[in-house]
Amino acid sequence: MPWCRKSRQSSKPMSVPVMAEALLKAPLLKVDGLQAWYGESHILHGVDFEIGHGELVTLLGRNGAGKTTTLKSVMGIVEKRSGSVTFEGRQLVGHPSNEIARLGIAYCPEERGIFSSLNVEENLLLPPVVKPGGMSLAEIYQLFPNLEERKRSQGTKLSGGEQQMLAIGRILRTGAPLLLLDEPTEGLAPVIVQRIGEIIRELKSRGFTILLVEQNFHFAATVADRHYVMEDGRVVDMIASADVQQNIGKLQAYLGV
Amino acid sequence: MFELLGIPPQALFGQLLLGLINGAFYAMLSLGLAVIFGMLNVINFTHGAQYMMGAFAAWLMLTILDIPFWVALVLAPIVVGLFGVVLEKVMLKRIYHLDHLYGFLLTFGLALVIEGLFQWKWGSSGAPYPSPIPGGTNLGFMFLPTYRGFVVVAALVICLVTWYGIERTRLGAYLRAATENPTLVRAFGINVPRLITLTYGLGVGLAALAGVLAAPIQQVSALMGTNLVLVVFAVVVIGGMGSIMGSIVTGFGLGLVEGLTKVFYPPASNTVIFVVMAIVLLVKPAGLFGQTK
Repeated sequence: MPWCRKSRQSSKPMSVPVMAEALLKAPLLKVDGLQAWYGESHILHGVDFEIGHGELVTLLGRNGAGKTTTLKSVMGIVEKRSGSVTFEGRQLVGHPSNEIARLGIAYCPEERGIFSSLNVEENLLLPPVVKPGGMSLAEIYQLFPNLEERKRSQGTKLSGGEQQMLAIGRILRTGAPLLLLDEPTEGLAPVIVQRIGEIIRELKSRGFTILLVEQNFHFAATVADRHYVMEDGRVVDMIASADVQQNIGKLQAYLGV
Repeated sequence: MFELLGIPPQALFGQLLLGLINGAFYAMLSLGLAVIFGMLNVINFTHGAQYMMGAFAAWLMLTILDIPFWVALVLAPIVVGLFGVVLEKVMLKRIYHLDHLYGFLLTFGLALVIEGLFQWKWGSSGAPYPSPIPGGTNLGFMFLPTYRGFVVVAALVICLVTWYGIERTRLGAYLRAATENPTLVRAFGINVPRLITLTYGLGVGLAALAGVLAAPIQQVSALMGTNLVLVVFAVVVIGGMGSIMGSIVTGFGLGLVEGLTKVFYPPASNTVIFVVMAIVLLVKPAGLFGQTK
């Protein structure tokens, strides 16, 4: 397993100032040789990538490449995983999802996960605050005025776009610096997709670090710094947004568009 | 005195009060069952035994430790609720991923064991528990024993407080959300396994509280929960599995229906609830207040 060797090689001794600098430059999230299983099926076969503080990185790939499973594995909600996932230097593999969330990672699932037995405001207030510095309810309503208008409505009575905004808005209160967003544009009208793009850029400018799973590559290219391409449960390539034009042919081959 | 449909008012109102009291117990017990089922996905067949344990705890506290009723009303549900917490941690949590049938077998078996142990130690004839508020009022058309009136009011308050706690508070929001999607609630940082343990403890405590309230009305006996719990399951089915308001309304409503049947056609009074259950299942399989998942 190549990732094992890689992580051991990096453990050479450092002087104190070099170490401090290394900590600042160290990635916020580092995934090394991550493997995951659902029951008997082996889904991830050694995923490696990293995200720096304040970066916006996407996972691209075809259906079934393992993008959603990667997010779920970071979050700790797959049945079985191995390898290494570190967040702010702390190992996440082996910890349950409630502890991982408390460290400062917030998750917005693909199916949005709006609770039908809760109204809009109860949905917004559900995830507990895990770190200081999260957005207030007023700030979230400022970002999503529709949600305030409908705060007493049953969560699942909202339109698809509003539900997506609720699912994103809900995790901004928690103070978690890392957001995992799973296909926030899926099934939405172009004008809503555009609005979600604006919101994601706004969140990045507020200092959030974002790991975004996207099928819609054109959308991803407009918001992200870098793109990791996944195939068959592995990361097979990394392309910076600035280099997307030169690599367009390669990307199209990866994504089969 | 006036008569209604040839029924003397004393008989009518007497049975209505009896129906209301039975309804109060149906409501409190089905409420606990609904909360437990919603969160644990386990139909708690130990509920009747835990109700009995509540009554016994109060009786033992009184006869051995001289603890008065009003203190036992608080203390007994806590003790039995803690017993529920242990039960959940040691046994129930191991079967959540299995079929409903295993939950049924485990809780039903536990009920038999618990009731057997109480029967072996204290027999099955039962012991009386003195009424903490003796006396009553003559309302003109009927005699109202004060304690029975108190039970109806107390049950209403308990039901409404539970409803408020689940539907209007932050902890209740966690409960409702975790009932729908425990994985996601946990991924938000909430310790769902602990929430489940707490829910079971609360549901069991609620059953024990009903048991303490029942002690001065019924004989405190090992099997006092068995017959009651059968009717309560019918109430839960009629109200709709997991519906809080459904349990409360159906509990009181069916108590009244039963009381009225006793007045107008006594032979049917033991079966009327099951007839209602059959009709409701035919017309609305998810129950009167139930939502199909």
